[in-house]
Amino acid sequence: MMEKLVFLDYETLRFAWWVLLGLLLIGFAIMDGFDLGVAAVLPLVARRDIERRVVLETIEPVWEGNQVWLILGAGAVFAAWPALYAVAFSGFYVAMFLALVALILRPVGFGFRNKIENPLWRGVWDWALVVAGVVPAFVFGVAFGNLFQGLPFRFDETMRITYEGGFLDLLNPFGIICGGLALVMMVMHGSVYLGMKTDGAVQHRAAMVAGAAGFLMILLFAAGGLYIAYGVDGFVVTGGIDPAGPSNPLLKTVERLHEGWLSNFAGQAWEYHKQVFFGDYIGHGWELVLPLLGFLGALVAPQLVRFGKGGLAFIASSLSLFGIIATAGVALFPFLMPSSLDLKSSLTVWDASSSRLTLFIMLVAAVLFLPAIVVYTGFVFRVLRGKVTLQQVKDHESGY
Amino acid sequence: MTDLSVVDLSRLQFALTALYHFLFVPLTLGLSMLLAIMESVYVMTGREIWKTMTKFWGILFGINFAMGVATGITMEFQFGTNWAYYSQFVGDIFGSLLAIEGLMAFFLEATFIGLFFFGWNKMSRVGHMTVTWMVALGSNFSALWILIANAWMQNPVGATFNLDTMRMELTSFWDVFFNPVAQSKFVHTVSAGYVTGAIFVLAVSSYYLLRGRNLEFARRSFTVAASFGLASALSVVVLGDQSGYTATEHQKMKLAAIEAMWQTESPPADFTAVGIPDRQDRETHYAVKIPWLLGIIATRSLDTPVPGINDLVARAKERIKSGMVAAAALDRLHANRDDAAAHSDFEAHVHDLGYALLLKRYTPDVANATEAQIDKAANDAVPDVAVLFWAFRIMAGLGFFFIGLFAAAFYSASRRHFHRPWLLRVALYSLPLPWIAAELGWIVAEYGRQPWTIEGVLPTFLSASSITTAQVTFSLAGFVLFYSALAVVDGFLLAKYIRLGPEGVFPPKPPAPKPGQPGPARPGGVPIGAIQPARAQVRPPPKPGGA
Repeated sequence: MMEKLVFLDYETLRFAWWVLLGLLLIGFAIMDGFDLGVAAVLPLVARRDIERRVVLETIEPVWEGNQVWLILGAGAVFAAWPALYAVAFSGFYVAMFLALVALILRPVGFGFRNKIENPLWRGVWDWALVVAGVVPAFVFGVAFGNLFQGLPFRFDETMRITYEGGFLDLLNPFGIICGGLALVMMVMHGSVYLGMKTDGAVQHRAAMVAGAAGFLMILLFAAGGLYIAYGVDGFVVTGGIDPAGPSNPLLKTVERLHEGWLSNFAGQAWEYHKQVFFGDYIGHGWELVLPLLGFLGALVAPQLVRFGKGGLAFIASSLSLFGIIATAGVALFPFLMPSSLDLKSSLTVWDASSSRLTLFIMLVAAVLFLPAIVVYTGFVFRVLRGKVTLQQVKDHESGY
Repeated sequence: MTDLSVVDLSRLQFALTALYHFLFVPLTLGLSMLLAIMESVYVMTGREIWKTMTKFWGILFGINFAMGVATGITMEFQFGTNWAYYSQFVGDIFGSLLAIEGLMAFFLEATFIGLFFFGWNKMSRVGHMTVTWMVALGSNFSALWILIANAWMQNPVGATFNLDTMRMELTSFWDVFFNPVAQSKFVHTVSAGYVTGAIFVLAVSSYYLLRGRNLEFARRSFTVAASFGLASALSVVVLGDQSGYTATEHQKMKLAAIEAMWQTESPPADFTAVGIPDRQDRETHYAVKIPWLLGIIATRSLDTPVPGINDLVARAKERIKSGMVAAAALDRLHANRDDAAAHSDFEAHVHDLGYALLLKRYTPDVANATEAQIDKAANDAVPDVAVLFWAFRIMAGLGFFFIGLFAAAFYSASRRHFHRPWLLRVALYSLPLPWIAAELGWIVAEYGRQPWTIEGVLPTFLSASSITTAQVTFSLAGFVLFYSALAVVDGFLLAKYIRLGPEGVFPPKPPAPKPGQPGPARPGGVPIGAIQPARAQVRPPPKPGGA
């Protein structure tokens, strides 16, 4: 009965959810990214307790809402790509646990730090917050980097997952490059945000950190690109895939490319589906805008902070994050998570999704609620607009 | 096949982290509503004391909320890390409910919580009150979707097994949303949260009244908590969870286990008030029975029988045998995808496939299980009778106690008689009780769901990830250490702020603020830690129980 209400075909829904997954991930990086970054640079930009309170107060009223981008991102993977959720979370067991501990430290760190005025107490929570900023950024970057190399998992005929690898296997050179890249992305983004929201010595230090992080970002993004082009063999689907078929990864065949992933970026699979879904609106070669945005944003954002254009700097930094993440997503397409252990178990956009009905209902929910979320988040930021100054923080007790 | 010790350790970890998370959730639900009510009174009357109440209870709310959020992330991650087979098997339905919870509820709650704390001087009074209501609304919506997801585990409607993908897939979102188990669960759990919030406020206010401190503040808080609590406590008991227990076979099994009712009785069945359930002998020793009560509560009728455990085990056996036909057909279909006879066999018996999976504990070849193996598997369908029997009785007893306590408090408050020390003491020492009731409620619902993760569809022992015992031991030990440390800090902070009280945290301001104006910023402020002298003036208070 309900099937009749679903007016979008399975292929379109899957592609729409691939785009949405990317948007949620980018939303997380932009919104929660600056919280993680601000926490990570806390000791670098703020020395005295009052300065630290200023820095923390730039994010205390908003981080909670921002973190929901992560929670929703994970929830969306669970809902739209259950197999991906199952493999990623169980396969990265120890990494996920570390990220989780760090993420748990955040709410309690923010909530508890200012409750007691004791240097030791506050120092401990400051470091907890630094860990809570650094670890998730690094771990998520490492995980993303390992996607490109394929992960050692396979499905049996009942769809039970076997994963043959450990935590330390993830810390390979490319994984570490990506972890580092993710970390400096968050650091730059957080510093740029601080440049916009603070003044005086804190702002000055934040601008310097942003400059250094932007430089490292360009370096690591370029290194990652080269590594992907020459250091890792790509994957390609060679047959048996039906974009409107059942979500069973074992029906297709996959081979290793004897060249890097770069040939997949704007490669055959992407070009074909781009034509299907976007027609001629996105012409040939337009994808190159994405990495370009990544580089340019990282170059420009710190300069804008230096010249006091905080708002523009934040936009530039956000565009840079968008460019880098979208570059990675397009390069992987149509793969979500290739398997190095059993090639055909690889998860793609076309065979790892939820049912058509679920994707449709979730799409309706997203179309209804995401704009509302953007509006009320915008309202909250408007109420809280303006810089957080030393004087303000001196004048009132802690908000929490 | 998954290592059974991985299953046991993962279950232990899930139970511990869920029970821990559920220490904070009910208080968030209840306090958020109470904050919204208090602030609404402030906006309507313009009296500063109601603002102080909102802000002070808000501080305690904030400490609790941080813990609730922190431990909630664990729950979302854990389905994937430890229950990967479950996740991929039912993510199509279960995952979408969690995602909608994020979209519709958690975003609302989490985005506005910051403004609740930091927006006092940045918004109009009505604006800020709206923010507080958004937080309350968000947390209640959140409970709605989580409980719809949970109810689907108890009564998996609106979904079917898909042969091509080897998992459950959604067929009707409507059925999932209007799952009868979800409706009763939502009302019951949210009301229980309100009771928790109300007891918390009542107990802390009683503490101040006993000490003769913060009197204006405490009397008003006491009154609000008593009225809100009385309504909520009545709703918890009257709209209790029991109405959902007739929905399905295993819900019936759970009901029979709660009542330790081994034999089907002629309707209307008696209610066993107390007794000692004995699984070996399949009877309840020293049972004290109340005639007719169970039949009337459970079926709302005088002539519908409530099936006993023995009959339900016999039914489970039939369903296992039927499921074995589906399993055999599945094997044939794996060999030949176009076997039409196998297809029709499978379709006819697929609704019992889950019961056949109970056999996997005893044989890999489900389709050819022996009679002895079938008997064992059928007996596995019975949850832990003694635990359910007692957990339910203590929980329900506490529910009735709360009605009495709130009624007495409400009577006192309406007479403006706040100095009945016995009542204040009872209220104070009742502080840990709603948490005990809530945790026992979780045990009845979820431990009572065993041996299933998804009732009749997927047994728990098949749901776990293919991870190693070492990995789960590592994370379990990590959680125990980490969570214990956080519990100490959380309890310490709550106790500290309760002792300080509103007069310690917000000392009376020198110039009286004009009505309608936000209070002036206090130059120099009162840093939180600088209030030690104020604390020294009070006698050392008794340990607040359970804090």
